[in-house]
Amino acid sequence: MTTTRHPASPGRRDFLRKSVFGGGALVLGYFAGGAGHAVAQIAKPATLADGAGFKPSAFIHIGSDGIVTLVSKQPEIGQGIKTSLPMVIAEELEVSWKDVAIVQGDLDPAYGSQSAGGSRSTPTNYTEFQRLGATARTMLIAAAASNWGVPVAECHAADSAVHHRPTGRKLGYGALAATAATLPVPDAKDVVLKDPKDYKLLGKRIGGVDNPAVVTGKPLFGIDVKLPGMLYAVYEKSPAFGGKVVSANLDAIKALPGVRDAFVIEGGSDLRGLLPGVAIVAESTWAAYSARRQLKVSWDEGQVATESWSGYAARAAELAKLPGAAVLRKDGDPVGALAAAAKTVEAAYSYPFISHASIEPQNATAWFHDDIVELWAPTQNPATGQNLVSSTLGIPKEKITLHITRSGGGFGRRLSADYIVEAAAIAQRVKAPVKLTWSREDDLRHDHFRAGGFHFLRGGVDAKGKLVAWHNHFVTFANSVVRDGKASLQTGSGGSLGGDEFPGRWVENCLLEQTPIECGVPMGPWRAPGSNVFAWVFHSFIDELAHAAGRDPLDFRLELLGERDVVPGTGERGVPYNVSRMKGVLREVARRADWGRKKLARGQGQGIAFHFSHLGYVAQVADVSVSKDGVLKVDRVVVAVDIGARIVNPSGADNQVQGSVIDALGALMYQELDIERGRIVQSNFHDYPMIRIGDAPPRIDVHYLETDYPVTGLGEPAFPPLAPAVCNAIFAATGHRVRQLPLSRTDLRWS
Amino acid sequence: MTKYVLNINGAAQTVDVVPDTPLLWVLRDTLELVGTKFGCGAGHCGACTVHLNGVPTRSCMTPVSTVGRKQVTTIEGLDARGTHPLQRAWQELDVPQCGYCQAGQIMTAAALLQENPNPTDEEIEGALAGNLCRCATYLRIRAGVRRAAELAKEERSA
Repeated sequence: MTTTRHPASPGRRDFLRKSVFGGGALVLGYFAGGAGHAVAQIAKPATLADGAGFKPSAFIHIGSDGIVTLVSKQPEIGQGIKTSLPMVIAEELEVSWKDVAIVQGDLDPAYGSQSAGGSRSTPTNYTEFQRLGATARTMLIAAAASNWGVPVAECHAADSAVHHRPTGRKLGYGALAATAATLPVPDAKDVVLKDPKDYKLLGKRIGGVDNPAVVTGKPLFGIDVKLPGMLYAVYEKSPAFGGKVVSANLDAIKALPGVRDAFVIEGGSDLRGLLPGVAIVAESTWAAYSARRQLKVSWDEGQVATESWSGYAARAAELAKLPGAAVLRKDGDPVGALAAAAKTVEAAYSYPFISHASIEPQNATAWFHDDIVELWAPTQNPATGQNLVSSTLGIPKEKITLHITRSGGGFGRRLSADYIVEAAAIAQRVKAPVKLTWSREDDLRHDHFRAGGFHFLRGGVDAKGKLVAWHNHFVTFANSVVRDGKASLQTGSGGSLGGDEFPGRWVENCLLEQTPIECGVPMGPWRAPGSNVFAWVFHSFIDELAHAAGRDPLDFRLELLGERDVVPGTGERGVPYNVSRMKGVLREVARRADWGRKKLARGQGQGIAFHFSHLGYVAQVADVSVSKDGVLKVDRVVVAVDIGARIVNPSGADNQVQGSVIDALGALMYQELDIERGRIVQSNFHDYPMIRIGDAPPRIDVHYLETDYPVTGLGEPAFPPLAPAVCNAIFAATGHRVRQLPLSRTDLRWS
Repeated sequence: MTKYVLNINGAAQTVDVVPDTPLLWVLRDTLELVGTKFGCGAGHCGACTVHLNGVPTRSCMTPVSTVGRKQVTTIEGLDARGTHPLQRAWQELDVPQCGYCQAGQIMTAAALLQENPNPTDEEIEGALAGNLCRCATYLRIRAGVRRAAELAKEERSA
């Protein structure tokens, strides 16, 4: 990893948001746990339960023992937020990291938004957490000054203590906690943030706070929850999406060993809500799974049973001949410009539905007791779980408690709450806590899938080799959604092309059209929704046009980006695109990868791509080798990243970037679901392969440009450029253009 | 239900379960040793890897009735103090992302290092090919095994 510091200018405080300080009586109720039950294995900290000590905010507690407990409000799904956000508080608080304990917060309005999605956890909390830490530090300094009877100006904080410079005295935070707790919260203007040059923690490589528990097998995850008297459930849904139960052999199931109950849940028609199914509740997971093998259900599969991927593909080819159902962007005269272009290229790109395949299968634990329902779930969006349980089961939200567990992977899957409402609906019928554990087959076949798609593209370059015309007809997927008695089509998450999607706004003659195919496949956000495929399609096609023009792919892109500094978004919700930042990472990656300066043998190639998503600017160069018999090896990937002024935790950041690169390579190489008769054909990792260690590139070099912009997130933006960089490299190596995912669909052999 | 006396992490444990119950679920549900993870239930992902007499084994595919007197070692029993060279290397290099697969990765790697204290990258990849990491921390897993080999060597020579 390298970090390049770009000259900073002062005055970016305008994006500081108002603090959520609420004084003393904050969130402790949840930690006290009502009756102190239900914490069996995933315990809450004793330090917070006593209510003593200094609590300047919902997120900070300093005990008289000097232990500083920080609450991680965001769910930890492997993105490292449980480590990196508390680091922001700890830096400003001047506490030594060794003195910090971090606990996962439950769902609580006191914490504000707790959704871990869209790489937003860092940008929405960073500046506020700085202020929280700085405010607490200011109060501790005031407490020490008051104890000593000296001016505040003579005191400073460092290493979990306040020091009095003239006398060399010091008082630890533990000793100051009681006094600090009596002080008023200072005005924001009296709270001064640290000068970044004095940072001791931010920018350091810090290991994940749960690593010791991970490597010794301690309970952490939703699936690890165990409660006294807990029962275990499975839930069988229609293999064809959304089918209804006609009948089931419930009596036979109930007679099986270890089975406590079996029943039909009627469910509804919302594909991301509580769907119809049969629940089996047993004394162990295995008893439930064993009983399920004897379960016989007759389903009313409905219209969806006529749908198939081959049917969708044929329909898309028909739709491509027609004008799009919607025009998302029209600039200039695309038809005329294509007709007048010196060279034109026409190509069709497509990609399949894929699954998130988070390694911890979906699960949740629910317990109805004492007039409330208590939930434990590996979730990216706990509020959605609470809302869905509330609206589906008719329970007021204030009677639904949700404990956020660590998630064994997220990738967008756990923004949905179907598995949470299923657990709740089952537990409602059972007088005991119930843990629902999906099988891998459930997980793969009842995902909220990344939508497939078809792009029909035409582009033109002029005699000077400049891109002058771009036409894309995107055929996507949509579900019929009924709201207030009216049905409408709603495209899947990431299945709608914004009119601003690059190179919209850049090509003077541009037509973007979109037509949805109605389908009954549940769809949901998948890491870098939309971007995870659009970047591949558009940067592959841009590459085709660069080659058609006889231009260097980097020069062609730099010319396309042009000389504007910032290109404003279209409409109220449009996001501005900072061309300078993108050109910065593009030039950096080219330099670091020796772009255009390498002598490459036949079968070797370099490819380049960039993408702006989730507020991050990322460019990548892939070096690949393709053997004569068509086997791809990615030799190296170089990544240049601009996510603003600071890399909070370089160790976590590298993990996200390298993980994104390999994840994206896996999606490119392997991931594909087939759909027949309204159901997923694949069932487990033998027919839905995921990338393994042997396919990981030997080198992934990551370079960060630290620029004078707000700090943003890194869970997603490094994903999108990988596939086009690799496919462009494959073209350079072999002359084969990959226009269909996954890669196994394209013959890469050469001679 | 049948009674079995299992040797788990060096201690005898009596369980009363159905004979075809996979060792995975005996560990997780009955003995509350939840470090061993359920990922696929079919031997494809390696999250459930434990040692039977030192041999890495898919506990999701191992009926409890077949375990007999074999010594079962889980992540909880890999090292009494949790300071096995792999456990130290994993923390030093910050290997985990979500962490769910890591017990299986470490157990597989531990058996590799037992047999081959100084593996090449190819040997590491060969041994760990059956362990899926959905977060794709593969570069650090590879580096972590190499680092653990170094730590183990230091331990032996100390």
